[in-house]
Amino acid sequence: MSTGVSYNDQGGAEAAVEAGQESTPTSSSTGAAFGLFSADFKKNEDLKEMLESNKESLKLEAMKRIVGLIAKGKSASELFPAVVKNVASKNIELKKLVYVYLVRYAEKQQDLALLSISTFQRALKDPNQFIRASALRVLSSIRVPIIVPIMMLAIKEAAADLSPYVRKTSAHAIQKLYSLDPDQKEQLIEVIEKLLKDKSTLVAGSVVMAFEEVCPDRIDLIHKNYRKLCNLLVDVEEWGQVVIISMLTRYARTQFTSPWTEGAEFDENKAFYDSDSEEKKDQTEAKPYIMDPDHRLLLRNTKPLLQSRNTAVVMAVAQLYWHLAPKHEVSIVTKSLVRLLRSHREVQYIVLQNIATMSIQRKGMFEPFIKSFYVRSTDATHIKTLKLEILTNLANEANISTILREFQTYVKSQDKAFAAATIQAIGRCATNISEVTDTCLNGLVLLLSNRDETVVAESIVVIKKLLQTQPTQHGDIIKHMAKLFDSVTVPMARASILWLMGEYCEKVPKIAPDVLRKMAKTFTAEEDIVKLQTVNLAAKLYLTNSKQTKLLTQYILNLGKYDQNYDIRDRTRFIRQLIVPNEKSGALSKYARRILLAPKPAPVLESAFKDRDRYQLGTLSHSLNLKATGYQELPDWPAVAPDHSVRNVEIVEPLRESAPIVGKTKQPKSDDKFYSDDEDEKEEEESDSSGSGSEDSSSSEESGSESEEESSEDSEKTSSDSGKSSSGSEKSSSESESDQKKKKKTKKAPQKKSKPAGDSDSDENGNGPVGQASSSSSESSSDSESDSESDSGSDSPAPKKKTEEKAKPKVAVNSKKEVSLLDLDDFSPAPTNAPKPSVLSQSLLSDLEGLSLSNITSTVQYSRAAYEMVK
Amino acid sequence: MIHSLFLINHLGDIFLEKHWKSVISRSVCDYFFEAREKAVDPENVPPVLQTPHHYLISIYRGKLFFLSVIQTEVPPLFVIEFLHRVADTFQDYFGGCSESVISDNVVIVYELLEEMLDNGFPLATESNVLKEMIRPPNILRSVVNTLTGGSNVGETLPQGQLSNIPWRRAGVKYTNNEAYFDVTEEIDAIVDKSGTTVSAEIQGVIEACVKLSGMPDLTMSFMNPRLLDDVSFHPCVRFRRWESERILSFIPPDGNFTLMTYHISSQNLVAIPVYVKQSISFFEAGSCGRLDITIGPKQTMGKTVEDLKVTVHMPKAVLNANLTASQGNYTYDFTTKLLVWDIGKLNPQKLPNLRGSLSMQTGVPNPEENPSLNIDLKIQQLAISGLKVSRLDMYGETYKPFKGVKYVTKAGKFQVRT
Repeated sequence: MSTGVSYNDQGGAEAAVEAGQESTPTSSSTGAAFGLFSADFKKNEDLKEMLESNKESLKLEAMKRIVGLIAKGKSASELFPAVVKNVASKNIELKKLVYVYLVRYAEKQQDLALLSISTFQRALKDPNQFIRASALRVLSSIRVPIIVPIMMLAIKEAAADLSPYVRKTSAHAIQKLYSLDPDQKEQLIEVIEKLLKDKSTLVAGSVVMAFEEVCPDRIDLIHKNYRKLCNLLVDVEEWGQVVIISMLTRYARTQFTSPWTEGAEFDENKAFYDSDSEEKKDQTEAKPYIMDPDHRLLLRNTKPLLQSRNTAVVMAVAQLYWHLAPKHEVSIVTKSLVRLLRSHREVQYIVLQNIATMSIQRKGMFEPFIKSFYVRSTDATHIKTLKLEILTNLANEANISTILREFQTYVKSQDKAFAAATIQAIGRCATNISEVTDTCLNGLVLLLSNRDETVVAESIVVIKKLLQTQPTQHGDIIKHMAKLFDSVTVPMARASILWLMGEYCEKVPKIAPDVLRKMAKTFTAEEDIVKLQTVNLAAKLYLTNSKQTKLLTQYILNLGKYDQNYDIRDRTRFIRQLIVPNEKSGALSKYARRILLAPKPAPVLESAFKDRDRYQLGTLSHSLNLKATGYQELPDWPAVAPDHSVRNVEIVEPLRESAPIVGKTKQPKSDDKFYSDDEDEKEEEESDSSGSGSEDSSSSEESGSESEEESSEDSEKTSSDSGKSSSGSEKSSSESESDQKKKKKTKKAPQKKSKPAGDSDSDENGNGPVGQASSSSSESSSDSESDSESDSGSDSPAPKKKTEEKAKPKVAVNSKKEVSLLDLDDFSPAPTNAPKPSVLSQSLLSDLEGLSLSNITSTVQYSRAAYEMVK
Repeated sequence: MIHSLFLINHLGDIFLEKHWKSVISRSVCDYFFEAREKAVDPENVPPVLQTPHHYLISIYRGKLFFLSVIQTEVPPLFVIEFLHRVADTFQDYFGGCSESVISDNVVIVYELLEEMLDNGFPLATESNVLKEMIRPPNILRSVVNTLTGGSNVGETLPQGQLSNIPWRRAGVKYTNNEAYFDVTEEIDAIVDKSGTTVSAEIQGVIEACVKLSGMPDLTMSFMNPRLLDDVSFHPCVRFRRWESERILSFIPPDGNFTLMTYHISSQNLVAIPVYVKQSISFFEAGSCGRLDITIGPKQTMGKTVEDLKVTVHMPKAVLNANLTASQGNYTYDFTTKLLVWDIGKLNPQKLPNLRGSLSMQTGVPNPEENPSLNIDLKIQQLAISGLKVSRLDMYGETYKPFKGVKYVTKAGKFQVRT
């Protein structure tokens, strides 16, 4: 709890050190000496003295000042020899500051930097994992090519370290070494390959990052680790999640076939729920499209991350769904993306850009949320324009009237750039939705009498474009604009009107010459752009109506001839040669009419985000709309999926046989019992949810009652005393245990999937429920498998399959619905009043068991203190 | 990923730079300054810029620009999120994020930045882990340090980083064990001229201050969890429990943190606590305008509306305001054109009213658009969505904690168009 007061004080102390060289806090003699120097170059001298003194505090003070210099971007490189001596200091802070210095200047002072290497080499052998890690971190950050072999060696050793933290550091070091010396690629890939096999969540993110940097094309390294990465994903730290998700997106695009085909909806679920490999093969042959279970696994395991607090993770999942999920499933990301719009301005900017791209292809996704894109006067301009873009994309016959009403408000905005953009947007709506074209045109014409010039100008420009697209019956509007011509002063708008006159001079044969007459009067006072269009109009009229306008044209051409601006003089000369036939003019003048009055293609009013979808969503390239350095093209779906067996992990094969045995031997142990119970319990939760979600009437009584018990326990912990509940739950847990055993005997299939989860259990025994929860969550497929089994435990196998097939597809397809149905459970009064022993408390106890790292007591009591309100 | 970081103040001076890979000259910032110049308002600077060799991603926080230099493709949100995390960390450590604060603590800032990124990839961003490694400054320690030459760097090594729950440090001990939760809801609404709600949504957040010893495992359940269909969680919350039972189950970090945020979208019916009757008009003749605003309670669920405040960003032409307020007082800032009416408590019997005339600059055309009103308000002990925490239980520890939940509703981006 640092407070304002405290930092002020601290600040004062440091400021004194920073600013006044006089006030060295320690010995008076040195202090006096420093006081004499104030010039910059000499200041470093005193720092040197301080560093060479044998007082720790002086050295530290000096290093702090040096870091201050570095932070300001001032050079302190000449102090290198003095600083590097302190690399082996005992004082941790001093040491860390020396590291900062070293990493900053080692590149410049390579020879001297070598002095420090031996210190790090020694530290690499330290028994403390943090010291090993930090030594490797600094060693690999020193960009001195000579030590590449040393770094290579250190990385290789660290990659095999017992501590996952050190292994993580080695993954970071790989990237550093690679950027220092790309020739080491092959060796580094070996290390990456090894680290990819690592089962620690700490390492996963960093090694995938290294993979992306060093060898993003070696997709073959991922195969064996694919399922593990999917399963670990929830537990990886948030930054690692982003990297892994984007890598897996690319991977999935190369390994699975496109789910964007007709009739894919119903088959995929079945394919997923049966993780049995034999059945899989059968299905791939039989059906036109079946989602690969691994493909489904990825989608499943990333979905909960939509709830991450980290906006980058949410965006990463959103893009994964956009690029990989079947079309009807993509919309689950909508809500989360809209939620991000409440975040910081910069986040809004990126998210809106991505929504803009998505909304072009899939209007339906964001249409229900259209109000979230309404503009506030307090938004930054670029946010406003992006929202406008999205609103325009979302406009359709049904909502156009609402949107246009919104636009009416925006047009009046004080932010004129935004008002102008709104007019453009109205123009786009008008072209896209033919029903409102006339309304929009009329509205725009009304805007012509607006007091603000930019608005008028923009309206005229947009009207011009609109008229070009359908020039037939709009003589009225052109006439109206001619009338306005006197009052409009914005050059661009005047020029646009003149162009319109010229282009459609045959539709307004009486007005056009009159406008030209007016222009002839004011020609000299006009802006250049208007003059050019005047010349243009004169030429066109001369060609169509030379009787009336010949003299006018000549007059204007003469004015133009002597204009100050050379562009205008040039244009005048050119036009004269083109339209006035004389001996000198060549063949061109014959074609003057065709040149000047050629039908011009109407400008296409379309979204600026039209072609952005060529970039993967959420990338820098997408944001900038150009290919950034190092951008990895998202591959197209393969026509035929590569062999999926490559993802089978070798160890699975023996385990398929051995797993049940392992499970059995483990379960009797008291320590592990908690976890396995938990596992079971979680599975049952699963069954509970899916059961109720699908409204499966055949869900057995067993699971039904259990679900009641669970929920009752949740809400009614107060009334059940702990002893009773624990004994009760033990009973039920043993039941479920036996259930599981039965299951394992009856079917081999689940083991294949549940195996990695089991591993992570044993890895994370000490670390408790997070790992637990996720491991059970991540092996969703086997969960659901076991659900159905426990559901129909008493039934014969045949109906079991039926229910499975019937129920499960529904759940997955209507995943939204599932949620709402679940919610209704909260309102059913029954469970709340039934204090029963339950499985859940047992699971919680087990959670706790894992959690309290130090003092484990098997009979944990939880306080059931009443819930209190604070006023 | 992130190559370098520059901190730039509102004057455009670079006052801190940090490089995680080789040094990049600060001249790269010139491209940013160019864009900054063009944007006029610092809010309008595009967050992502491109230069010939680098990409610049910046955020604007507390009048400072955090500008990061990128060399290769990276998700921009990744960088933006990280930069905000850096700013949050500074806020957390120093209680502020201004230039003076950062310059005063430059060594700690540097140490933090060193730990937060390794080779441009985030390493330790959890506040609890960082605080174990680098202690936040406080008076006592800085005094002791100057006397003894002690340091701010923790002697212990951060075990938290290793565990599966990196957000919580081990060995937490308190004499008073307490857990407080603040449910804060902000109403974002746009109300149009006639008083109809154009859009309204609720942004809710549950902030927690948990000071519990050991490794407590908390569960929080709600009376009406189906309200929450769009949520995001602190990493400590177990997704699975939420999905299956709609219960928040978590081992909390130590100290202050944001447990969850939720969003109730405009598709739902959102109660608007106040209504506003207003008329603002500008007259062509006499170059003056009239303003009349009345505010009354609408759906307040029987609670009092407090801290009511109306902010109007007047058009440029308005020179002065000559108004009378029946309650509270108003100020008009001539330079920023900001009219602020601070009302205070809303009394349903006697509705607050502000009326009077506006004097306009002569010879300037009347503004087209009437300015919109931004409303601020606060309602204690009410979550406007109706969300209620039904219970909070703790497992894993034997002591009895003190628990408390507080509700408050505020106006977020509450705008009334006129």
